[in-house]
Amino acid sequence: MKAYINGIGAVSPQNTLSNDHFLDDVATVEAHLLPVLKPDYKEFVSPKMLRRMSKIVRMSTAAAITAMKEAGIEQPDAVLTGTGMGCQADTEKFLNAILNNNEELLTPTAFIQSTHNTMGAQIAFMLQNHNYNITYVNRGFSFESALLDSLMLLNEKETAHVLLGGIDEITEESWLISTKTGVYKKEPLNNLHLLEDKQQGALAGEGAAFFMLSVDKTTASCAQITQPDTFYKPENLTVIKERITQYLTTNNLSPDDIDLILLGYNGDEEPDAVYAQLEKDLFAHNATAYFKHLSGEYDTAVSFATWLGAKILKEGTIPEILQKRKHTGTSVKNILIYNISHNMYHSLILLQEVS
Amino acid sequence: MSVSVVVTGIGIISSIGTGFEETKQSLLNKKTGVTPVSILNTRHKDFVLGEIKRSQKELHQLAGTDSKEAWTRTALLAIIAASEAFADAALNLDHAHKTGIVSASTVGGMDKSEQYYKDFISTTEHKKYIDTHHAGNHTEKIAEKLGVNDYITTISTACSSSLNSIMFGVRLIKNGLLDRVVAGGADALSKFTLNGFNTLMILDKEHCRPFDESRRGLNLGEGAAYLVLEREDLALEQGKKIYAHVSGYANANDAHHQTASSEDGKGPCLAMKLALDKAGLQPSDIDYINVHGTGTENNDLTESIALKRLFGDQLPPLSSTKAFTGHTLGAAGVIESIFSIIALQEQKLLPNINFKNKIEATGLVPVTEVLDASIEHVLTNSFGFGGNDSSLIFSSHHKNPVK
Repeated sequence: MKAYINGIGAVSPQNTLSNDHFLDDVATVEAHLLPVLKPDYKEFVSPKMLRRMSKIVRMSTAAAITAMKEAGIEQPDAVLTGTGMGCQADTEKFLNAILNNNEELLTPTAFIQSTHNTMGAQIAFMLQNHNYNITYVNRGFSFESALLDSLMLLNEKETAHVLLGGIDEITEESWLISTKTGVYKKEPLNNLHLLEDKQQGALAGEGAAFFMLSVDKTTASCAQITQPDTFYKPENLTVIKERITQYLTTNNLSPDDIDLILLGYNGDEEPDAVYAQLEKDLFAHNATAYFKHLSGEYDTAVSFATWLGAKILKEGTIPEILQKRKHTGTSVKNILIYNISHNMYHSLILLQEVS
Repeated sequence: MSVSVVVTGIGIISSIGTGFEETKQSLLNKKTGVTPVSILNTRHKDFVLGEIKRSQKELHQLAGTDSKEAWTRTALLAIIAASEAFADAALNLDHAHKTGIVSASTVGGMDKSEQYYKDFISTTEHKKYIDTHHAGNHTEKIAEKLGVNDYITTISTACSSSLNSIMFGVRLIKNGLLDRVVAGGADALSKFTLNGFNTLMILDKEHCRPFDESRRGLNLGEGAAYLVLEREDLALEQGKKIYAHVSGYANANDAHHQTASSEDGKGPCLAMKLALDKAGLQPSDIDYINVHGTGTENNDLTESIALKRLFGDQLPPLSSTKAFTGHTLGAAGVIESIFSIIALQEQKLLPNINFKNKIEATGLVPVTEVLDASIEHVLTNSFGFGGNDSSLIFSSHHKNPVK
């Protein structure tokens, strides 16, 4: 199953929301986490609605509107979101209120906005959209599941235009808790030196990336996206390689056909060793790139990679800041995203040029 | 897309029973599971809940799991129900067929997070529970326990979550991606949800009274339930017992308010209508509706209006079974799907207990006794926060196994 990406929108730690630019001024921080750059949300929603929106809802709404505008779609036939941890800030707020006040004197707002489907629901509410609306929440598979469902909807031919998004937010408290299990790095670092950092864990990040998908090719089409593959806790590197090869074979491709591999390098020793090994054997002759020094690590970081891949295919250029093993070819036709999340969720997404 | 999907296995645990048989007997004997709080560690002891009266230790025994490992109550309930469904369908994992799991939850491992949250922040004690918080944790536990790993995902659309997991499971099969799916959902009671619903003032301290004029709110419950969905031809070929055929399904959005449903019932009406269209059925073909019927002022009125909009004066017999189990949130859709299948199998309408007086504005009278009926198609509804409305239709299955 395949679809055209006809619109993209991303709120990220980089200046990505304006589709007129492509990483021409990269944000560098010396910090323990990478927060999104706040756009002027008033350009997207009325002040009245904005006041009621939490940060994660604002991020997702601005990204969604941008993707829809670019595709020229005012009412999607379906709204699908993936979020690993959902509304962290409101969940923490309500949980702390319960614990601090011994279950008394509580107000409902944080609880109301704590459900994982809040982002998709708010988009439906804003658009007065009554169509299919769903949220996937399986940590490192969340965005991939929403993508698979999107392609299924298009394949079922009852749906023409699907709005798909991946969203996660980071809070100081969730960062702190995740450092306890070694998921995130404890000490501040320069995001551009991510791969040299020796601390355990990844650099925490956040973001919202949205896409308008359709089986129809339009003048706005920037890439073709293919059915993802997800695999849970593969036993070893051999299994991973088999799975990647099989994914490519299914799509009538071999490793040599891939012009660029977007790898999920996140500065943590364990997953990075897997990526490095793949760069040595399976993809020894391909150009490679990484992205988590720009986005940070989060459960739906693959949605940012998908945004990057679509943008690369649209612009026909690979920003220097992403490149690991330099691209020497003349064009970019096939991009493979391979990501490992929490050392257990592995996923593959193929992006191809619009021919 | 002519592939049919059938139900070949059922597993369930809720306050009215551990396992399919006990659950069925409770329903047919009008035995509620809603009782005063005794397990949940809350100061709100004055609420009644659909609480499963088993401690963590007892759940470990039932699940056959190691109590030294990090297990949330949600995951234990999930393992118990999924293992039953898996065994019931006599699933044989082989390389020739692809099997996946699609589960659902609203608060995932919140029961442990709220117990240890302050420790998560200030110490490293109980840090093993940090990773059990996320909504997909129970799904992964099931996948690991049952060895089902061709596809794994989890859905969270508030109270409609597990109808969507069944729907997605059916579609994964219809799209040719999987042959069999264990689909359902799990949610344990938590202070988080109890206090959350309490702040919204939609909890009744008394037993809930769905569709009754005097209704004042819902009772929360907990549970987990799973269906084994299989491609019909595969189930027939293997001579599997077939409970029902999933004939219709739809998901729509009310787009009205984050927690309240619309005055005109647009979202619920659309979900039911599209499910009928998918099944190729007319409203008059539906023999019983297991309504969402939470017992809140808002839901029951909106749902009544939506039902009247779609069915007019020809409303089929209907009932809410929420007064049996309480509202089990992420598990509600699949639990009530199983109740719908029981109605089909037993050819009996299920009772809406605690009902006395019809809602003045709409005048709907639910079934209040277990009644014999000829039932071919059952519609079930689940509506949630965020305007997420889903409807499913289960139909009797008549084809004989191929020898």
